[in-house]
Amino acid sequence: MDHSLFRALTQLGDDSLILGQRLCEWCGHAPTIEVDLGLSNLALDLIGQATLLLDYAGEVEGGGRDADALAFHRNAEQFANCLLAEQPNGDFARTVVRHLFFATYASALYEALAASPDARLAEIAAKAVKELRYHADFAADWAERLGDGTEESRARMAEALDWHWRFVNDLFHDDRDWAACAARGLVPLRQSLRYGFERDVSAILERAGLALPRKVWPIVGGRSGQHSEHLSVLLATMQVLPRAHPEAVW
Amino acid sequence: MYTTELGKVSPLQDGAQEDPERLAAFEARVAADEFVEPKDWMPQAYRRTLVRQISQHAHSEIVGMLPEGNWLTRAPSLQRKAILLAKIQDEGGHGLYLYCAAETLGTSREEMIDALHSGRAKYSTIFNYPTLNWADIGAIGWLVDGAAIMNQVPLQRTSYGPYARAMVRICKEESFHQRQGYDLLLALAKGTAAQKAMSQDALNRWWWPALMMFGPPDENSPNSAQSIRWRIKRETNDQLRQKFVDATVPQAELLGLTIPDPDLNWNEQRGHYDFGAIEWDEFYAVVRGEGPTAKERITARRDAWANGAWVREAAAAFEAKRAARVAA
Amino acid sequence: MYDWPLWEVFIRARGGLDHRHAGSVHAPDAHMALRHARDTYTRRLEGVSIWVVRSSDIVASDPAQDGAMFEPAASKIYRHPTFYVLPEAVDHM
Repeated sequence: MDHSLFRALTQLGDDSLILGQRLCEWCGHAPTIEVDLGLSNLALDLIGQATLLLDYAGEVEGGGRDADALAFHRNAEQFANCLLAEQPNGDFARTVVRHLFFATYASALYEALAASPDARLAEIAAKAVKELRYHADFAADWAERLGDGTEESRARMAEALDWHWRFVNDLFHDDRDWAACAARGLVPLRQSLRYGFERDVSAILERAGLALPRKVWPIVGGRSGQHSEHLSVLLATMQVLPRAHPEAVW
Repeated sequence: MYTTELGKVSPLQDGAQEDPERLAAFEARVAADEFVEPKDWMPQAYRRTLVRQISQHAHSEIVGMLPEGNWLTRAPSLQRKAILLAKIQDEGGHGLYLYCAAETLGTSREEMIDALHSGRAKYSTIFNYPTLNWADIGAIGWLVDGAAIMNQVPLQRTSYGPYARAMVRICKEESFHQRQGYDLLLALAKGTAAQKAMSQDALNRWWWPALMMFGPPDENSPNSAQSIRWRIKRETNDQLRQKFVDATVPQAELLGLTIPDPDLNWNEQRGHYDFGAIEWDEFYAVVRGEGPTAKERITARRDAWANGAWVREAAAAFEAKRAARVAA
Repeated sequence: MYDWPLWEVFIRARGGLDHRHAGSVHAPDAHMALRHARDTYTRRLEGVSIWVVRSSDIVASDPAQDGAMFEPAASKIYRHPTFYVLPEAVDHM
């Protein structure tokens, strides 16, 4: 088994899965119906990406696991998503900032992955990159409107930026498996995308009169299964039925 | 999703204040199956009835997102999760189309939402029942959407143009909703004993509320006649209910499920199924907002709207600043 | 509580067709109206192009004036090809 490729694919798939799961929690509760439909579209894109990536991960693993087996029958410490993806929705500003950070990172990442010599990964990435560019634009539009809206929205955006900023180091962390795949030319190093990320996000925030926090947080761990307190709770909800009925087909 | 259960028609007494000539011309147009469009003259009672019916329908779509949303985060496979999310998203879209159709009658969405949140407006009582296991999601698609479709298909030819056009779009999109519910239950029917038990439990709880969705029996639905004359409604409650029972019984058999009605019997003479008496006391209690989850549902909607206020205001303030810059 | 203004949405289903009225959305500005229209009215590949316009910017004819507005056209039957009776040999014209 190509262990490092398997791990890299679960990192990608778990990011989409866990963030998609979080966005599902908005369904029926968004600020207007139009925004509700928009957030559902983002979640549907992410769940679709997760299915493709985790199915492929299962094939690489060669143990007969598919996307559902990986999604519903692993424990928190076996999940390889970034810490940012699992953070609770919070208010709409926190959801927007979380998505701005993630989609800006992911659209650049998937653009590079679309040129991967791994044909299967390149094909998945070519589809995903179009979706993620839309996500990044969606989040940027909202960041601008909330940042330059009312006093209240501006304060909430500043708070949300500060809240999520500590997870950005983890977002760009190249763990051993990812670095091994990068050395083989299958994926780009995440660190190589960080400069562009900070430039793009800063430009968006600047238009809204906001700025990225300066403080450097050294937190990492998502890629190696050391998560925040929130992930196992999320999984307990998400996995309840397949765990309670392991023999069942749905 | 929709039900005419609350289709109380405003009394026509203020028809007396309408210009009789215009009223007669209007009634003739509608009787000839012509469409009424937003700027056309229409009787006040017709306008009020429509605003009430369309907004109730819209509220039902929006509140209806909640019982299904309850299982969205626990859908047992990625595909079921995506299907359920797409389906709930459709309900949101349908609510949106319907609010817009009602707005053409001169009532703003804000006002309609306010009427819902303050308890003045009703929504389909079916959504005040809880979703207790995964099979409920299948039962909602199969029975609740199935009943809704019977109500909605004739409304594609309803007399008010914007309403009819919204219904055409809604019916087209809803065609997958009932099928996905049945497909979900088929998977359970082929599954473990626990899965089969879930299905039967869901059917036991949803069968009677689904029958109630068609509204009170015809003899207790005094305003139906006027609604039918105005082409706001096209078949009576009892006609539609019978149609639903006849279509659904064989579908239950195929799933290996038992409909919880000892009086259910095929009547050779009528060519229809006979079925047991409906507990209308329960129905009226739920209409009064005494359903098991009524408080949760309306609170969830109020909270969503209130928690989103700062977002709506911020986006509007942003646009106002931009417009001011352009003007300067 | 405050809601956004209403926009009318027009969608071109595919190249070669006119934009057709699809419905409406509420949105704070033109840009977001396009996004909302996309998320609401093109979930099933219904379009390749979207127009939005503020509902309040639409100027509509008054149905009470239908007679003056449209009936005069009814008598101008010479605008239609069927008005002209030609010999069979050239009637495909």
